[in-house]
Amino acid sequence: MRIKEKKGSETMVVGKSVNRVDAVDKASGRTKYTDDLCGKNALIAKIKHSTIANGVVRSIDITKALAIPGVVKIVTCFDVPEYYFPTAGHPWSTDPGHQDVADRLLLAKRVRYYGDDVAAVVAENEVAAMEAVRAIQVEYEEYPFVLDVQEAMKEDAPQLHEDYPNNVLAHTDIRKGDFQEAIKEEGLIKVEGWYETPTVQHCHIENFICFTYEENGRLVVVSSTQIPHIVRRIVGQALGMDWGKIRLIKPYIGGGFGNKQDALYEPLCAYLCTQVGGRLVKLDVSREETFVNTRVRHAIRSHIVTYVRPNGDIVANKLEAFSNQGAYASHGHGIVAKGMGAFPQLYPCDNVEADCYTVFTNRSVAGAMRGYGIPQAMFAVESHTDEIAKAVGMTPIEFRRKNLMPLGYEDGFSKNKLYADTFNQCMDKGMAYMDYERKYKEYQNQTGDIRRGIGMAVFWYNTAVWPISLESSSCRMILNQDGSVQIQLGETEIGQGADTAYAQMAADAIGISFEQVHTVSCQDTDITPFGTGAYASRQTYVAGFSIIKTATELKDKILEAAHELTRMPVANLDIEEGKIVRTSDGETLMTLAELSTTKLYSLEHSQHITAETTAQIKSNAYSFGCCFAEVEVDIPMCKVKLLNIINVHDCGRIINPALAKGQVEGGMSMGIGYALSERLIYDEKTGKALNNNLLDYKLSTFMDHPHLEAQFVENYEPTSPYGTKALGEPPVCPVAPAIRNAVLQATGVSVNEIPMTPHVLFREFEKANLF
Amino acid sequence: MHETQYKLVSCTINGEKRQTMVDVRASLTDMLRNDYSLTSVKKGCEVGECGACNVIIDGECYNSCIYLAVWADGKNIRTLEGLMGPGGELSDIQQAFVDEAAIQCGFCSPGFIMTAVEILESGKEYTDEELRKLLSGHLCRCTGYENILKAVKKTMYKRLGKTE
Repeated sequence: MRIKEKKGSETMVVGKSVNRVDAVDKASGRTKYTDDLCGKNALIAKIKHSTIANGVVRSIDITKALAIPGVVKIVTCFDVPEYYFPTAGHPWSTDPGHQDVADRLLLAKRVRYYGDDVAAVVAENEVAAMEAVRAIQVEYEEYPFVLDVQEAMKEDAPQLHEDYPNNVLAHTDIRKGDFQEAIKEEGLIKVEGWYETPTVQHCHIENFICFTYEENGRLVVVSSTQIPHIVRRIVGQALGMDWGKIRLIKPYIGGGFGNKQDALYEPLCAYLCTQVGGRLVKLDVSREETFVNTRVRHAIRSHIVTYVRPNGDIVANKLEAFSNQGAYASHGHGIVAKGMGAFPQLYPCDNVEADCYTVFTNRSVAGAMRGYGIPQAMFAVESHTDEIAKAVGMTPIEFRRKNLMPLGYEDGFSKNKLYADTFNQCMDKGMAYMDYERKYKEYQNQTGDIRRGIGMAVFWYNTAVWPISLESSSCRMILNQDGSVQIQLGETEIGQGADTAYAQMAADAIGISFEQVHTVSCQDTDITPFGTGAYASRQTYVAGFSIIKTATELKDKILEAAHELTRMPVANLDIEEGKIVRTSDGETLMTLAELSTTKLYSLEHSQHITAETTAQIKSNAYSFGCCFAEVEVDIPMCKVKLLNIINVHDCGRIINPALAKGQVEGGMSMGIGYALSERLIYDEKTGKALNNNLLDYKLSTFMDHPHLEAQFVENYEPTSPYGTKALGEPPVCPVAPAIRNAVLQATGVSVNEIPMTPHVLFREFEKANLF
Repeated sequence: MHETQYKLVSCTINGEKRQTMVDVRASLTDMLRNDYSLTSVKKGCEVGECGACNVIIDGECYNSCIYLAVWADGKNIRTLEGLMGPGGELSDIQQAFVDEAAIQCGFCSPGFIMTAVEILESGKEYTDEELRKLLSGHLCRCTGYENILKAVKKTMYKRLGKTE
């Protein structure tokens, strides 16, 4: 079935900016998040974190801590079961070769970063729990530690994990053509650069939180997660329990951005519950812990060497990327590998050598974060692209128009294809909004202390994870007596507006109004059909498949029932605006409410009309876009002021324009922070994070950016039943290099490190003799 | 070990006179959430950095996480729960947050809306720059603040009887 635009029909809701289905409750304070649902009788769990960055726990003395009134139980790293488990929120693979690295225990004897979890306290209240945490005495044998990714690869570097020599978790490469032979061509210009991106954090406003209790011999875990079905599996693995004995419930969550695409402390909380007789245990981590002990974005250092002809032809391209994994594998190599995968596709070239390394260091664990390696890769590649353009005397736009992925380009692995001239369309829109040509000319060759510049960057992003991993979405629809429909999916609402998009897609697919669709927001693994959750900007795309498939089945059942009740042939029946319509003459035969009620209570043939299907998706789609930024640089103050910014996206057909714009604006804000202010800093002497709070870690505030302009190019994506594709993560991808390239135009200085704080700019401006 | 001390706190919450015994160390956030189930008061940092716990005390916005519950004695406190009309109707600023798509995950929204209430009740007209500054005590990671500004501006002009 394909959703056809009915001529003159005002009832189709896909493509309309309807209000979010959850907005009224969220605006009135009724929406319940994890903490709001937890019983007041909960025991409180708190974690004892290591005060060394690398070493082993020799002993733990809990005598004093146990004596504190209100303390119920203390568990140390010497007590926990030896079930090694992975934490990454990937679909499980039944092939051991594709399974995530299982390198975690509930608590760590072998400490690998400053803040590692060595013991946990369960107490009657938070104050007693915290006092007990402070009273626990830990004796360590301390080892030297390493924070820098390339230092960690050296022969004499401290080793984190036994099975990974030189701390290399993984190294993969791409070889195409013959780089060494190609660069022998005479007259080539060599452009080389090192590009550095920082460790940053998701900073969802709701910290991670979960609680667990035992019910009917099973563990019920309520968690602020993006991936309930995956976390259930991981809790089972970590505790050595049958997965069916775990029930995972995901209520509304206060943002995730990838951090909650990982099993964070659910396994520990569940284990602690088992240690106190199945009583309710709440594990609520602080903001400071969220920064250090959940996940961060991989800091990646990239080295790119390009050989180019004076006319701008790219002859040979080489990339080395070093990804800082931190202490444990989590999502591991997937991040830098995704970035590397983008490299030969964005600017196709016959001769490519690319190597990427994911390396353990004694930093916070890096995992998934909005963009999954592409913001890092785009900072490197798109900064470098401006350097190449400069070297051959072309404008950034000319060079890109000449070399970007051409129309019709198809990736052999993912089968992704560029179906429309989208890059040029996006750039044209961005240029028109910014008055780019005029400003670009005006800002060339400036002098003086205050200078302006305009820059841009492009990106592409995969939708969903096929063919790397399983793509599957399940959907259930239940027809109510009043003709309305409940819809349930394993794909989660995490703030992006997924529930609303599902309701819109379902309404059109069934033939009922948007108001007649009730999206069940909460995922409960006992009752929600299987789905892997919110990540990889997959949900609207993959849910489209399962919604269409389920709606088709539901509709078939409804029309069969209509046939039974009206004796009209199914072939002549359809559902329009919640009514059974005879298509031959347009006559309304009955409402869906009449049909549903009659069928449900029929004494002859009672029927509860429901449908449930699973769609496996064996396709993927390129999502595209660009960012243009205009800056003013105060050279003596080493400050960048962002004056204007626009993102233009081609995410296929837009399901809800207002929500799509909201996604883009939020991503741009995150990208601005990435470019200019955000960085988690580690003390070189101790390995301790120094700014793990929202005062010292500078995420964008209301004052930190100008108006954010979001525009779209809508090219129908042929692989999606709704013509749609990724938008959740893409907006963050091109922002930092666009701002960096604007600074380059303003000052002539190549700043190859973000965030471009005054500290970094001072060093770079001084090197360039700007003072 | 010191004995836990309790104190009776009497105050007006969303128009009703209330009183309860609180641990003298408890924050106003704790009291509002735990004793009165006013769960719109969110905890995002508990040190006054994110603004999610913002409530109005005697007409002025405070981060309730760094305001002791005992200080609330005799005060008039308003939370998001108090904005809705008796028939469940949203106030203009709440409706504007809905209509302008100013809400995504919704976790920062209660705090933002209460600051918006303070701004709107001043009866003054502010420029965009002034509004940005007045709202800058709140962090939001979802929206980029764009639609929040729109919602506040729209309601401000509406209340002032002006068009933008």
